[in-house]
Amino acid sequence: MSNDSIGKTFLVAGLLCVFCAVLVSGSAVTLRPLQEANKVLDVKKNLLMAAGLIEGEPTAKEIDAAFGKIETVLVDLATGEVVEGVDPASYDVAAAAKDPKLSVSIPASVDKAQIKTRGKYGKIYFYKPQGEVEMVILPIHGKGLWSTLWGFMAISSDLNTIKGIGFYQHGETPGLGGEIDNPSWKAVWPGKKLYNEDGQAAIDVIKGAAPKDSKHQIDGLSGATITAVGVENLVNYWFGNDGYQKFLDKLRAETASTDDSVSMAQ
Amino acid sequence: MSIKKTLFGPLFDNNPIALQILGICSALAVTTKMESVIVMAVAVTLVIAVSNFSVSLIRNHVPNSIRIIVMMTIIASLVIVTDQILKAYVYDVAKSMSVYIGLIITNCIVMGRAEAYAMKNGPFMSLLDGIGNGLGYSIVLIFVGVFRELFGSGKLFGVSLLPLTNEGGWYQGNGMMLLSPSAFFLIGIFIWVLRSWKKDQVGK
Repeated sequence: MSNDSIGKTFLVAGLLCVFCAVLVSGSAVTLRPLQEANKVLDVKKNLLMAAGLIEGEPTAKEIDAAFGKIETVLVDLATGEVVEGVDPASYDVAAAAKDPKLSVSIPASVDKAQIKTRGKYGKIYFYKPQGEVEMVILPIHGKGLWSTLWGFMAISSDLNTIKGIGFYQHGETPGLGGEIDNPSWKAVWPGKKLYNEDGQAAIDVIKGAAPKDSKHQIDGLSGATITAVGVENLVNYWFGNDGYQKFLDKLRAETASTDDSVSMAQ
Repeated sequence: MSIKKTLFGPLFDNNPIALQILGICSALAVTTKMESVIVMAVAVTLVIAVSNFSVSLIRNHVPNSIRIIVMMTIIASLVIVTDQILKAYVYDVAKSMSVYIGLIITNCIVMGRAEAYAMKNGPFMSLLDGIGNGLGYSIVLIFVGVFRELFGSGKLFGVSLLPLTNEGGWYQGNGMMLLSPSAFFLIGIFIWVLRSWKKDQVGK
């Protein structure tokens, strides 16, 4: 059969397709469990890093051990109520934001983070090393300059003081917007307060260095104004009324009523 | 052609980026960090080598009318497999490379070598040609990457060599090195140096 005959063309194309299809699907199927495990581990690692609970290059074992002290709940962001009957582990915040059944669209007027839709539920992590909640870790995301920034914010049990922030996925320019990963910039965050006296989320990334005693101001990043403002906006969005604020208010009220001495001390 | 010439020719005498001017796009995209440079270089070298080998194996049976799409299918499959392997075993690196591993499919070197060499030569020589061209690509990538990471962020392989001012050191990072245009300048300089050394590459 000549190489250029129609029969041979179909034969070669057919055989090649079958061979390549087997190769690609075979590798995808055999490697999927490893990839899934990596993905889950990666989110856990980033969460623990944002909270400052692990450092450096931890092994999978260390990550799982540290994550064992964390309790996860789902919260309906519109009401601030805890959602029962859905397994938090099966709820993926990123996937839910794109799923029409699980997401709500955000009105443009409040969409500071420029994400257009968000999952109905928020996934909230409580760090309980000795039974008491020491830290609450909340996923945050929003637009930077080029990309959506995905990260975690860790706050202390007063639900106002920042413990740490970290982004685990973004596509900002390395060295400019990518400096949001710089440890010295992240070190500016702990100790700052999320809410001002009026109960508004009030994080403010300013140009240059923020005054030492400022409550809400964060140093700007030179060469990365849009990314830094993006971080400010997404933090204020997620801790605003459309984000976690209703839940946090509720939680604050509960802890105040059950444990007066603690709230007095704060 | 001798084995040595096929394997080492593409390093300087017939460099795919500097002389053939192929594959510049990825040389811009992934060269801000040496870690990604090395992963990219290894991935591209493997893909070129295996695609050259496979194309060469079936070269006598490929109908002329569909030869480009046949090569494309082989290359795309190899790249997807590479991407899957990276995601399974070196997840952090694969994540930082994001779409660029997938974009090896569009790297002109891979397609260019399959069409220009593997379709006309035996499997063993094609394999060597693939490895050679992969190495030639890697050399340019490493050259560009060393300059960009060192002068852009004061580091090599993530190890700080020139402490940056914003981390309390003395070196003011060169922001332009971190942006894509600097790779153009560096590749230009590479070509200039190469052609001053090997005069026969100067275009007439």
